Amino acid sequence: MTDTTVLAPARGVLDQDWRKIVNYGLLLALAEVFIALANMPVGLDDFILIEPILSLGYVSLLWLPLLLGYSIGTEKVLEGVTSHAKGAREVVAGACVGLIGGGGVSGLVLLLDNFDLRDPLVNWSPQLLALLAFDNGVGYGVGVWLAIGGGLGLLGGSMHLIAPLARRVVSTMVLAVVGVAVLETILSDIAEDLFLEWLADWIYFIRGGVSLHGAATVAVVAGAYAVWGSKAVKGAKASYQALEGVERKQANKVSIAVVVAATILLPLVLGKITNELLANVGLFLLLALGLNIVIGLAGILDLGYVAFFAVGGYTTAILTSPNRGDSWPTWIPQVWWVVALMLVIVLAGLTGLFIGAPVIRMRGDYLAIVTLGFGEIIRLLFLSDWLGGFTGGAQGVTNVPGVQVFGLANVRGTDPRAVFYLVAFFCAIAIYVSWRLEKSRIGRAWMAVREDESVAEAMGINTVNVKLLAFVVGAVLASFSGAIFAAKVGSVFPTSFIILVSIVILIVVIVGGMGNIAGVVAGSVVLIGVLGGPKQPGLLQEFSEFKLLIYGALLVWMMLKRPEGLIPNVRRTRELHQDEFLQDAWLKGQIDEGDETGDGGEVAPA
Amino acid sequence: MSDSPRSGATPLLEMRGVNTHYGAVHILKDVELSIYPGELVCLLGGNASGKSTTLKTLLGMVTPTSGDVVLDGEVVNGQPTSYLVERGVTMVPENRRLFKRLSVKENLELGAYLRTDKDGIQRDLERIYGLFPRVYERLAQKSGTLSGGEQQMVAMGRALMSNPRVLLMDEPSMGLAPALVQTNFQLIQQIHEEGVAIFMVEQNANMALSIADRGWVLQTGRVVLDDTADALLANPELRASYLGEA
Repeated sequence: MTDTTVLAPARGVLDQDWRKIVNYGLLLALAEVFIALANMPVGLDDFILIEPILSLGYVSLLWLPLLLGYSIGTEKVLEGVTSHAKGAREVVAGACVGLIGGGGVSGLVLLLDNFDLRDPLVNWSPQLLALLAFDNGVGYGVGVWLAIGGGLGLLGGSMHLIAPLARRVVSTMVLAVVGVAVLETILSDIAEDLFLEWLADWIYFIRGGVSLHGAATVAVVAGAYAVWGSKAVKGAKASYQALEGVERKQANKVSIAVVVAATILLPLVLGKITNELLANVGLFLLLALGLNIVIGLAGILDLGYVAFFAVGGYTTAILTSPNRGDSWPTWIPQVWWVVALMLVIVLAGLTGLFIGAPVIRMRGDYLAIVTLGFGEIIRLLFLSDWLGGFTGGAQGVTNVPGVQVFGLANVRGTDPRAVFYLVAFFCAIAIYVSWRLEKSRIGRAWMAVREDESVAEAMGINTVNVKLLAFVVGAVLASFSGAIFAAKVGSVFPTSFIILVSIVILIVVIVGGMGNIAGVVAGSVVLIGVLGGPKQPGLLQEFSEFKLLIYGALLVWMMLKRPEGLIPNVRRTRELHQDEFLQDAWLKGQIDEGDETGDGGEVAPA
Repeated sequence: MSDSPRSGATPLLEMRGVNTHYGAVHILKDVELSIYPGELVCLLGGNASGKSTTLKTLLGMVTPTSGDVVLDGEVVNGQPTSYLVERGVTMVPENRRLFKRLSVKENLELGAYLRTDKDGIQRDLERIYGLFPRVYERLAQKSGTLSGGEQQMVAMGRALMSNPRVLLMDEPSMGLAPALVQTNFQLIQQIHEEGVAIFMVEQNANMALSIADRGWVLQTGRVVLDDTADALLANPELRASYLGEA
């Protein structure tokens, strides 16, 4: 825990936990083979990171040995348990892990050469073999991967030997170069808009990828930041956290003002692609904020959340488009988007009540399954022949006009900047509403229901009504997103509202940090902005094929290592890492041993 | 059946010939009991004798199939729990069951969920800080991180925040170390002395009877003994079956 811990001398080279090494090695080998057969190396080979030497395809195989080679040597430092200094032992362990992992790839090369398993494994291709063998013979490939694996593992392990500062500098440099290379499209777009084209030309090679001198520049800047910049940032953060009372409030006001100003000003200088991305992020942020109320605050696991998105989208489309289903009587007028929105709110609320009323009495898993079903039912209803005359069936509703804002602007898909402003406006409303609700009496009732429904009932909370209200508020927020979506895209189809949408929003909320507004914002930006939504391309269009794979991997990793989310709720972090807090407290003698510990034990306030 | 020691007054809360079922299973059978203002009474019984169901029925969380739950002379069958809580009936649940991820303060405030009198709430908060100084020290702390004894204090404080006239306590000694059970019963007495009637459901018969005025013994859903605490303590049957003396 503290830097003053005295370390025992480094252990001998052969004093290894061999079982752990084999486990890590096999894990690495398995992951590498999986990545290769998931077609990442071949699919991403055209994406040049550093011209002319490195493509993203190779990086997809190279980063893991490095990471695992490093992490085999890391050990949790616990008070009261001897920790050893790092030495040659960690380097050897890293190299062994890398070697086993490299062996996995080598084995794959041999198998690729000798067997044809293309039938079950579609990516079992000669291209993969050629790529893995570096266009040389099979023997060359086998040897090279052993060397690469061992070498990278060794490199990863040896990161333990250098000073923490140097380690930070190196990792920042590597991440910065990869990041700048991966984000090339967006960064050069932004650079162009900010009249920094000369900088982009310096860093990037003309046909994609970072040039060697560009990489060197980025590395130097990143290294300098790691040495001096990050300390300043940390200092600023600490001094912010030290603020209290009025000063803290003022600091908050200033930071909110900065964020608002950035939200208003940035899109003006950004290009179309970036604004399109931001608009998509906003649409999903709106959905995620709604789901955060339902799941994060009230603890209702709603897996059919897309239903309300669909209701908002379809209602808006039908009310505003001339091209709606044929069965509508002619006297129903096409109305202005804002008028339609009023009806959307009412209908979404009613749908929330309608779905919620039977579902809300259930708990836990049962509720999740039933909501999952309702999500699909709504989509299938829109698709059905029965309602086809009203909803256009598979043809959907097209020609949805944009949003006329008092003759000032016509917000539609061709003008992503305007869409973004519209979405941002509604996100602001949603954030304000969430924030106020969380602090209110009803918010507290939601949290009580989430924590313990029976006791909440015994406190006199009408749990059914309170949960229904959460459902309805979530439904209305989702329908806003649907209404904007319809106007933005100009058409709605049943396929826009598949179950994947529900799942992606759920992942956004979980990865961001459940029950935390800032976390939900971060989750939307990272997942939707960078990787892309279910149908919306993200920043990394090249990854769209692997989007779901990455979502899944990210979700598993988050659950294991950081269950509190990217930007955690302080309270939740404490709960999820309680065992660690408790051990530390116990070792420091802060636990009152005469006291019978209840379910948590006593932790003296830090 | 013995006469109630206060047989002139109206009982605060009563059960009159109550039967309850969970599906086809008959849980409570013709249960009669009454709690008078300011009394400390206890309901004893072994596992699965229907103690918790009695509490839930009194609080409106389970509706009797026949018979009446009566509050201040008014039949309240089928009324929602909030109706009873508003009128001064509150439960301290078994195992304390705090809202663990919420702070101590938030837990206390949730106890006053149905109240709108801000001044009264503030006054009661201060009263609880006076009663449990340790709770005051830990207001901002997440209640799940408290020790068992402190959790019990918060649970009682939370119940008191609804300004109850009768406190229904479900196994207050359960899951507590022996030393804490003693303190806990002292706390109960202290609350009782402030004029709150207490209806306590317990397995720890000895301890419960030592502070109670009257008691009932429940066996497979039926009240088999109804007497003053002293008489119950002296009752050879009870001694044999609950107090562990042959």
